[in-house]
Amino acid sequence: MGKRVLVIEDEPNISEALRFILSRNGWRVEVTADGQAALGSLSADPPDLLILDLMLPGVSGFDILRDLRAREDTRALPVLMLTAKGQAADRIEAERLGVTRFMTKPFANADVLAAVHEMAQT
Amino acid sequence: MSFNLLVLTCLGYVVLLFVVASAAERAAEAGRAGWLRSPLVYTLSLSVYCTAWTFYGAVGYAARSGLEFMTIYLGPTLVFVGWWVILRKLVRIGRENRVTSIADMISARYGKSNLLGVIVTILCIMAGTPYIALQLQSIAQSFTVFVTDPAGSSLATDTTLIAFWVAAGLAFFTIAFGTRSLDANEQHPGVVTAIAVEAVVKLLALLAVGVFVVWFVATGPADILTRIDAQALPEWEIQPGRWTGLILLSAIAIICLPRMFQVTVVENTDDQHLATASWAFPLYLFLISLFVLPIAVIGMELMPAGSNPDMFVLTLPLHLGQDGLALFSFLGGFSAATSMVIVASLALATMVSNHIVVPLWLRARSARQQDTGDMRLLVLSVRRLSITLVLGLGYIYYVITGGSAALAAIGLIAFVGVAQCLPALIGALYWRGASRNGAALGLVAGMLIWLYTLLLPSFGPDVFLSARLMESGPFDIAWLRPYSLFGLTTLDPLLHSLFWSLMVNVMAFCAGSILSFPSPIERVQGALFVDIFNRPGTARSWTRPIAEAEDLLPMAQRIFGLTEAQSFFRAQAKLQGKDGFLPDITPEFVEALELKLAGSVGSATAHAMLAQTVGTSIVSVDDLMAVASETAQIMEYSAQLEAKSEELSRTARKLREANEKLQTLSVQKDAFLSQISHELRTPMTSIRAFSEILMDADGMADEERTHFAQIIHDESIRLTRLLDDLLDLSVLEHGQVQLNITPANLRELIDKAISASNSVQAERNFTLHRSRDREDIEIITDAGRLTQVFINVLSNSRKYCDAAEPQMRINVRRRGEMVEVDFIDNGAGIPRDQEALIFEKFSRLTDSLQAGGAGLGLAICREIMLNLKGDITYVPGQGGAAFRVSFPLRLQARDTSSSASLDSAEAAE
Repeated sequence: MGKRVLVIEDEPNISEALRFILSRNGWRVEVTADGQAALGSLSADPPDLLILDLMLPGVSGFDILRDLRAREDTRALPVLMLTAKGQAADRIEAERLGVTRFMTKPFANADVLAAVHEMAQT
Repeated sequence: MSFNLLVLTCLGYVVLLFVVASAAERAAEAGRAGWLRSPLVYTLSLSVYCTAWTFYGAVGYAARSGLEFMTIYLGPTLVFVGWWVILRKLVRIGRENRVTSIADMISARYGKSNLLGVIVTILCIMAGTPYIALQLQSIAQSFTVFVTDPAGSSLATDTTLIAFWVAAGLAFFTIAFGTRSLDANEQHPGVVTAIAVEAVVKLLALLAVGVFVVWFVATGPADILTRIDAQALPEWEIQPGRWTGLILLSAIAIICLPRMFQVTVVENTDDQHLATASWAFPLYLFLISLFVLPIAVIGMELMPAGSNPDMFVLTLPLHLGQDGLALFSFLGGFSAATSMVIVASLALATMVSNHIVVPLWLRARSARQQDTGDMRLLVLSVRRLSITLVLGLGYIYYVITGGSAALAAIGLIAFVGVAQCLPALIGALYWRGASRNGAALGLVAGMLIWLYTLLLPSFGPDVFLSARLMESGPFDIAWLRPYSLFGLTTLDPLLHSLFWSLMVNVMAFCAGSILSFPSPIERVQGALFVDIFNRPGTARSWTRPIAEAEDLLPMAQRIFGLTEAQSFFRAQAKLQGKDGFLPDITPEFVEALELKLAGSVGSATAHAMLAQTVGTSIVSVDDLMAVASETAQIMEYSAQLEAKSEELSRTARKLREANEKLQTLSVQKDAFLSQISHELRTPMTSIRAFSEILMDADGMADEERTHFAQIIHDESIRLTRLLDDLLDLSVLEHGQVQLNITPANLRELIDKAISASNSVQAERNFTLHRSRDREDIEIITDAGRLTQVFINVLSNSRKYCDAAEPQMRINVRRRGEMVEVDFIDNGAGIPRDQEALIFEKFSRLTDSLQAGGAGLGLAICREIMLNLKGDITYVPGQGGAAFRVSFPLRLQARDTSSSASLDSAEAAE
């Protein structure tokens, strides 16, 4: 059974693309647009990996990341942050908060896969 | 004696005077004037006091009133013996200030006021002109007495003609020797010497007649005294009151008479001469009066009844066959008359030119702002003209009065006139508090009373003042009668006038001085005059002169002439230790120059001239006013500066605000670009991801492939629309949008918008509530743009209305020239805290897929409505989302670069 990845993304077309790519490579993919709700399920049943959008309605990706790193059970969870904003300031902020990888949209599908694999092995 | 012989004698005598005067002038120019400047010459020149009136008239006076004629000599004697302190002060001040006349003296003391100069000049002309006429009359009369030659009788008896030639001749002489140069201090050695010679001649002539009468007609002094006793008339009794008055009057006259001032003060070269004169002049007067009474007594005894006693000096020798003695006596009288006329006309002409003509010319010149012409020549010409004028006036006066008896009294009348100068003059010497206003007031008041109570009545009834007025006063007010003013009837007219005029004069002078505030220059001059003998240093009337020597030299040249001006400047430079250069313009230098100029043109004029050139200087009230107004200007200027600096700080504040705004704008721009970047990258991410998927999609189901392609297609359209919206917004915000204003029907526009928006979430069925009748409004606007707004609002409602059975109500309303269209749905509406945000760019409240846009829709709507001179607002509390679109019924075509672009520019901020 493949590893589990949770995608928090509010653009339905993008989450559909991610789901297709990852599941084709053996991942079990769960998708949600509601970051706030996702946080609850994360503690209960943490995935092996998290793909996080930065700009989410109602809540920022940074807030979720900070929350995760503050919790015992998710402190080590590998997090790939994807963002369409992609400014240097955002990358710095994300790294400060303990992001595992930071990628800007649009991305190459192969790059996302490679990053995910790498993160899963550590 | 033949008329021709007499004329020849006169001419010869005049030629002699010419020679003497020329010799004196030449000696003075050559610097060999030592003997000319002796106390003796000075004393003899003072004898100009003794005119023809004294020479001939004293005998007549004695014949009529006994010893009373002596009062005319006692007054001056008292002054020279007892009051010589006053004279010394007068002379010292006069010389130190280069005073040119009594008018100049008074004017200089009272703040160099030319007004006073003019008043005194007018007074002196009024008093002096009849006096000159009197001299002409006496000469003419002496001619007629003399000539027995029938051939010349026609001419000799025409006294008017004689008077004319005498006047012309005297004018010529005076001009020749009185205006040779504009010498500093206005001294005329030639004239003075000639006067001294004439003094000797008239004294010797009178003494000769006296000696002849006492020792040859009578048998000696004892015989004369007996005859005097025998002749004594009742009128000869001494009246103490009248004597006192007359002595006082002649004492004043010796100080105030313009011709006496001329010889005593102006022509004085050394104070020490006064010491000699203080005994020598009384002696001269004593000698000249010594034989008056004997001549009068013998004349009355020997001459036929009805003979004019005024002519005894002449007629007595003639009667006794002493033609030679008579001729000598005639020359004595001629000398007395001519010397008076020469000096008087010189003094008066100086006043007229310095105080009236030159100031007028200066004013005219300063008005024209021109600097042409030789000032020196002008002043001399004016002086010559003035001499002619004064003598002309005297002659005309003589012709008009026709040698009437009124003339005989004119001597004393003139004395009273010039006596009006005394208070101002004495005040000038001794009273620091005396002011210009006081002096002017006193002079004018005294002069008016003198005119009214003495001069005008002296012409006899009905000439100037009617007999009725003389008799009962103006308007029958008895106490205003000219000869008994304020009910004073006990004095004779002369003393009455002297009393009142001097009394009022002094009172006005004192009151005016006490009540008025002397100007600074008056006080400076006052101190200068009053403390002439004991002042530590010269008070400065010039401070910080700002002219250059190069400016002052040409002016000085115009007055002094080239050589004299240059030598003066050289001497001054030498004094400053700058030999060979132009002198520095120090206050001392300006003062020296003013003094020298004053000697030529009078102090007031000199001061005015220098003030014109030097600019600043004395601290007069006018100057203070100027300073004050300058200060006011500076204050105004500083207020302007303050305003400017306020404006500057305002500008700085504006700049700061603008800068802050720019920074805000910059931040906003960054945020906007970041937003755009995000909005562009989002669809591009989907497009790239799915296109990569499609690229290596081996064995992918066709259905799936189509689905992915559809996503790529949709996201591409989304991208295109985003870019379209951005461009549209940019155009709208910058007011560059081209409006297509046309008439339209509002109902049709709403119909069109509804059908266009139906494509959005077409599966949802909205219930529409409309009042089609109310919507039937003809409007003029950009119909396309307005419809775009309607579509946007309706589409939003279709997207976001969360009601199970969605409804849309459209209300149309006219408000004056505006139309309002409300779009109200039955959804949840917009949360209160978000209301302010919905019209901002990228303010999408919910997720983008649902909205299907980049969040620019309402921002574009607002920009459109602003361009249409209308607005779009959110109306809260309507039980759903409610938007109100308002716009003018008829939109005016926009003129280029109007307020619309400003409005949208502001909206863009």
